[in-house]
Amino acid sequence: MMKWSKRILVSSVLAFSANAYAVPPTAEMLTFGCLGCHGGNGSSGPSMPTLANQSKEAIVDAMKKFKSGERPATVMGRVAKAYTDDEIALMGDFFSKQKFFPTTQALKKAEAKKGAELAKKNCSRCHLENGKEGKDDAPVMASQWLPYMQIQMELYTTDKRKMPEKMADKVKNLSKEELDAILTFYANVK
Amino acid sequence: MTLDRRNFIKLLGGASTVAMAGASGVASAAVAAGSASEVMPKGKQRRVVVIGGGYGGTIAAKYVRMLDSSIEVVMIERNKQYVSCPFSNYYIGGLLKDLSSLTISYDKLAKNHGIKMVYADVTAIDPAAKTVTMGDGKSISYDRLIVSPGVDFRTEEIEGYNDQTSLLMPHAWKAGEQTILLRKQLEAMKDGGTVVMSMPLVPYRCPPGPYERVSLIANYLKTSKPKSKVILLDANDKVVAKAPLFTKAWSTYYKDNLVYVPSKKVTKVDSATMTVTVEGIEDFKGDVVNFIPPQRAGRIAVAAGLVGPDKNWCPVDTISFESKIHKDIHVIGDSSSAGAMPKSGYSANTEAKVCATNLVALMNGKETVELSTLNVCYSAISDHESISVAAVYKVIEGKIAAVPNSGGISPVDFSATKYEHIYAESWLKNILTEMST
Repeated sequence: MMKWSKRILVSSVLAFSANAYAVPPTAEMLTFGCLGCHGGNGSSGPSMPTLANQSKEAIVDAMKKFKSGERPATVMGRVAKAYTDDEIALMGDFFSKQKFFPTTQALKKAEAKKGAELAKKNCSRCHLENGKEGKDDAPVMASQWLPYMQIQMELYTTDKRKMPEKMADKVKNLSKEELDAILTFYANVK
Repeated sequence: MTLDRRNFIKLLGGASTVAMAGASGVASAAVAAGSASEVMPKGKQRRVVVIGGGYGGTIAAKYVRMLDSSIEVVMIERNKQYVSCPFSNYYIGGLLKDLSSLTISYDKLAKNHGIKMVYADVTAIDPAAKTVTMGDGKSISYDRLIVSPGVDFRTEEIEGYNDQTSLLMPHAWKAGEQTILLRKQLEAMKDGGTVVMSMPLVPYRCPPGPYERVSLIANYLKTSKPKSKVILLDANDKVVAKAPLFTKAWSTYYKDNLVYVPSKKVTKVDSATMTVTVEGIEDFKGDVVNFIPPQRAGRIAVAAGLVGPDKNWCPVDTISFESKIHKDIHVIGDSSSAGAMPKSGYSANTEAKVCATNLVALMNGKETVELSTLNVCYSAISDHESISVAAVYKVIEGKIAAVPNSGGISPVDFSATKYEHIYAESWLKNILTEMST
């Protein structure tokens, strides 16, 4: 269960009546809308990513690219446009401080094992600690939903979503099966 | 009234809670809300009572407890299980084999958050005494009350509508038995038959819902009963949700099976002849008739005098959704007038979080927080494609309004429909998990 009460209920030193005055939306208020899809205790999947414990930089980067249209989206492009950069920073900070909630998904173990080697060789310089941390704006991938990651990889490999150069250099030498194995490995990290 | 109502009452008889088990006989004398027959007498602990365990009520109850566990929360709900209206059109269109993926119970939610469940029908609210009275005459007192009862039907405006109508012409606008009944009728209909759907003027629950339904019925007819057709009689003068997307889907996929007719307000029904009448003059006869009546706030909200001058919906403030009519009573979800927010499950979900946040702040004498809410509605247009509308809402010049230059509908070129169909299923799974855990 999330412990929000302390942060939401900052003690009031102002004696305004409630209906006349309210503080601008807090991180909690701003993220309420996200949780219906992305889950309060992590996403229940399978195609919407868990944001709990995601890195702030990755969330801010994603939201800004959704906002500008650089990253392809279904609803997120339309939603992200409603928030200011300051609000996006608050939201990213909120999710980055949430507890890690490992997903429960049925995964092919042999595939995950094969993916472990490939991930170590190709991805581990940016997706650190078996994907539990991300360098700069590289996202946390550990325990992320496989269908979500597969959709993103499809967008990358069909040039609908732009890869960072370093990632593109690696991905071009990997087959679809190898990429799937890598994603299965990350999905399986607890 | 309808089958729903009678079944709810029947169910109620078998669903007395531990707290109510001590009640002796039928306490008809105790209907005047008061003290003599109070259950769960309130001690020193502050108490929030939530009426209704749907998309709004579950989340409100959960968040009040998450935000301040010193507040006792009692949720009063008629049924032990809740069937989601969102996605019930999938079942009607034959895309789900049963309603299990749409059904939640309250056990985990209650256990995880220490919410006290009472399974009963609320018949009265006394805003002065701060009590609610249940079907058996027993009452429960509150410090603050959250009312989230969904919608009721204005069947008295429809000539010929009686107790039997919804059994023969199901509305299926509250999910459960009505959903199953409509599906059975569609399955039983001979090929070559006509389905007549009738939808009311705005506002009503789930603006895109009737258009999704007609699409999925047409999809079923096209694949299983190709000589049949469905006619949608829309009381509105145009498609009122996701219009460019639905009209494109209809002309692209269903031009042989679907007829959309705007400005057809049904004022009379005759379930004996399966006929609906538009403005008292033009008859439409169906082999299956899905008549969705005009709507207003849930019965208890009307009975408690929470509706505004329009007599249909409950005016609330934009801070904590507190009623503008009765103090310490908050109204969320379909029953409330929440500015530009549509009457949808997702709206109720985010309204509940805003309500809980600021209700707890008010109870604790703390600062309230300005509203920020979100609505995303997916609609299926076939068995593998969906479309969506999304918006973020804030208070602008005193009213809940969509943030300018954001939100909107899916691309009209249908480039996202296959992904959105997948995301829609995830949406259901996630939001029902949030409500039930």
